[in-house]
Amino acid sequence: MNIQVENPIVEIHDLTVSYSRKPVLWGIDLTIPSGSLVGIIGPNGAGKSTILKTTMGLIPVSSGYIKLFGKDLDEVRDKVSYVPQRESVDWDFPASVMDVVLMGRYNRLGLFKRPRNADKDVAMECLQKVGMEAFVKRQISQLSGGQQQRVFLARALAQDADLYFMDEPFAGVDAATEAAIIKLLREMTAKGKTVIVVHHDLQSAVDYFNWILLLNMRLVASGPTDKVFTQQLLQETYGGKLTLLSKVGDLLEKEQFPTRE
Amino acid sequence: MEDTNNILDFFSLTDPNIRYVVIGSVLLTASSAIIGCFTFLRKRALIGDAIAHSVLPGVCLSFILAGTKNPLILLIGAFITGFISVYLMDFITRNSRIKQDTAIGLLLSVFFGIGILLLTFIQHSGDASQSGLDSFLFGKAASLVAEDLMVFGTAGIILIVTIILLYKEFTLISFDENYARTIGLPVRTFEFILTVLTVLAVVIGIQAVGIVLMSAMLITPAAAARFWTNKLSLMIILAAVLGALSGISGAYISYLSPAMPTGPWIVLIISAIAIFSFMAAPGKGIIARLVLQRNHRHQILEENILKVLFHMGEKEKNYFNKWSIQDIIRKRRMASAQLSTGLNRLRNEGYVEKENNTWRLTQEGKEKGQRITRIHRLWEMYLTEYLRIAPDHVHEDAETMEHIITPEIEARLEEQLKYPSKDPHDETIPYRE
Ligand SMILES: Nc1ncnc2c1ncn2[C@@H]1O[C@H](COP(=O)(O)OP(=O)(O)OP(=O)(O)O)[C@@H](O)[C@H]1O
Ligand SMILES: [Mg+2]
Repeated sequence: MNIQVENPIVEIHDLTVSYSRKPVLWGIDLTIPSGSLVGIIGPNGAGKSTILKTTMGLIPVSSGYIKLFGKDLDEVRDKVSYVPQRESVDWDFPASVMDVVLMGRYNRLGLFKRPRNADKDVAMECLQKVGMEAFVKRQISQLSGGQQQRVFLARALAQDADLYFMDEPFAGVDAATEAAIIKLLREMTAKGKTVIVVHHDLQSAVDYFNWILLLNMRLVASGPTDKVFTQQLLQETYGGKLTLLSKVGDLLEKEQFPTRE
Repeated sequence: MEDTNNILDFFSLTDPNIRYVVIGSVLLTASSAIIGCFTFLRKRALIGDAIAHSVLPGVCLSFILAGTKNPLILLIGAFITGFISVYLMDFITRNSRIKQDTAIGLLLSVFFGIGILLLTFIQHSGDASQSGLDSFLFGKAASLVAEDLMVFGTAGIILIVTIILLYKEFTLISFDENYARTIGLPVRTFEFILTVLTVLAVVIGIQAVGIVLMSAMLITPAAAARFWTNKLSLMIILAAVLGALSGISGAYISYLSPAMPTGPWIVLIISAIAIFSFMAAPGKGIIARLVLQRNHRHQILEENILKVLFHMGEKEKNYFNKWSIQDIIRKRRMASAQLSTGLNRLRNEGYVEKENNTWRLTQEGKEKGQRITRIHRLWEMYLTEYLRIAPDHVHEDAETMEHIITPEIEARLEEQLKYPSKDPHDETIPYRE
């Protein structure tokens, strides 16, 4: 099941990604329609984080290409925003919540310029959206995991992008906050923005997303939620490890073979 | 008397030679402390060590080639080999399975080995002008002259201005490098600039503390400053000040006794400052934590005593009865020495009075004992009503909570529970009249 759309906002073509020659994503081919709230779903190690990082240009592709808004990432960076997994940074860094959210404004500021009051207003507004306005001055090491996650979300919102990639934004977030964030994401997509979210909970996925990618080293399915969320496809995603694929991957790593000539 | 004269001579800066030494050591130590904040936050402490050690062959080579000790020429040589080592380290970790710490160890020893070899060669060449090159090993701030100062001063100013201008970018790549990439920041370029600045700081810093101890000069001021503040801008300023302080003290010591190597003294002083910060910094330091714990212990003991006195008064229907220490211990087991110190503290605070070895509550003491008792019983109520915990399991928890609950929480408890008159053990909850 792989539904292709006209004028996609994200187009991934025949993408293979490897870590030291060992492919972890094989031949991904997909398109995503603009304005959708997308869930990326798959077991641990399926390559969900990898596909986001590759899209954001953090990991090189072994083969294939990715187009956003029909263009290369470098041409549209200002319209794209990324929320990393919160474990990716050291929260003991000497910075306040406001400092971190303001980082979302840096691309607009340019070299040598300090954040202006207008940027602080935007940052404050974004903190309100994620319910963290009471914590502006708080040192980031004194936040709970869920609060850290929300600070990252606020930073991405401060970028005011059109396309968002979020890596497990609900990890460690309580139910009430999760509901508030989903409401926020829905409002954003209603305004024509596209939000792509790595998500772990199958139960809520049906409610949250209108487009779903099932991923397990390869693309199992991509399409509207009602078409993709079937017993059989989920079985295919989660059931059994793809032993053959990982065996071949290990071989490529051991022999240091190029993935493509 | 002579000592004070020395201090005056040194710190009045009237002697131009002393002036050079003081300004020089401040510049050297402050600039490495400033760039060191980023090295520290990016967890690259070992890189400073690698650079410092690989600077030696550069210094020796440029001396051999140019035949002079001109600081600018030595600095250029130092810079080149320092930079090569960073580049090699990057290359090795990127293109092999060797991890960064191993690569650093490898390069450090190879470069330093070559450096020592060259240094020995120079020393045995009979060239008289070479004397003093070995001060690179341990530093010699006291021998700085005007010429050095021009070069290091310029380097230091370049370093500080660059950091002020690129503060925002350096902060971002230190906190979240990947995010910086995604917003299109040329991270490699900024890392390159940071590396250049680090090499620069190391190259000029080794004049003061020497190669062997240079990495301490880079990291220790930052580590010490981190204890005192959670604000990066403040941390950088503080690191610079602490670094400069150790620089001046080191220079002063080697002014007093020229035979002393400057570097080890500077490093000893900054390490002492770091240890002091570790112990004494507010909030994070060990002492602050010990004091907090002691205050809590005192508070708990005192509040428990007041509570016992209140309970005994409750039973006798006279809150201002006189009690001996034995009476109190009979009611609640405590070590009698502890009890008397607690009582004495309470007397100083005006909560109890002493009369020929008997103790009685003052009005304020009664109020306070009553409040603790009230919170204890309210909390027991709350646990049984809202959390459905059995009445015989709630006492222990209330024993702790009675010391923590604030008046605001107390008011909300009363409201939520609708001012119950009895607790789960059927004891009256004593409200304020
Ligand atoms: N830096 C790395 N070097 C080598 N292999 C890696 C690296 N990062 C991830 N991998 C491997 O790539 C595969 C995909 O990892 P990825 O982090 O994308 O999974 P994921 O779907 O995000 O999993 P999770 O649900 O646990 O977050 C895994 O097998 C993992 O072991
Ligand atoms: Mg992941």
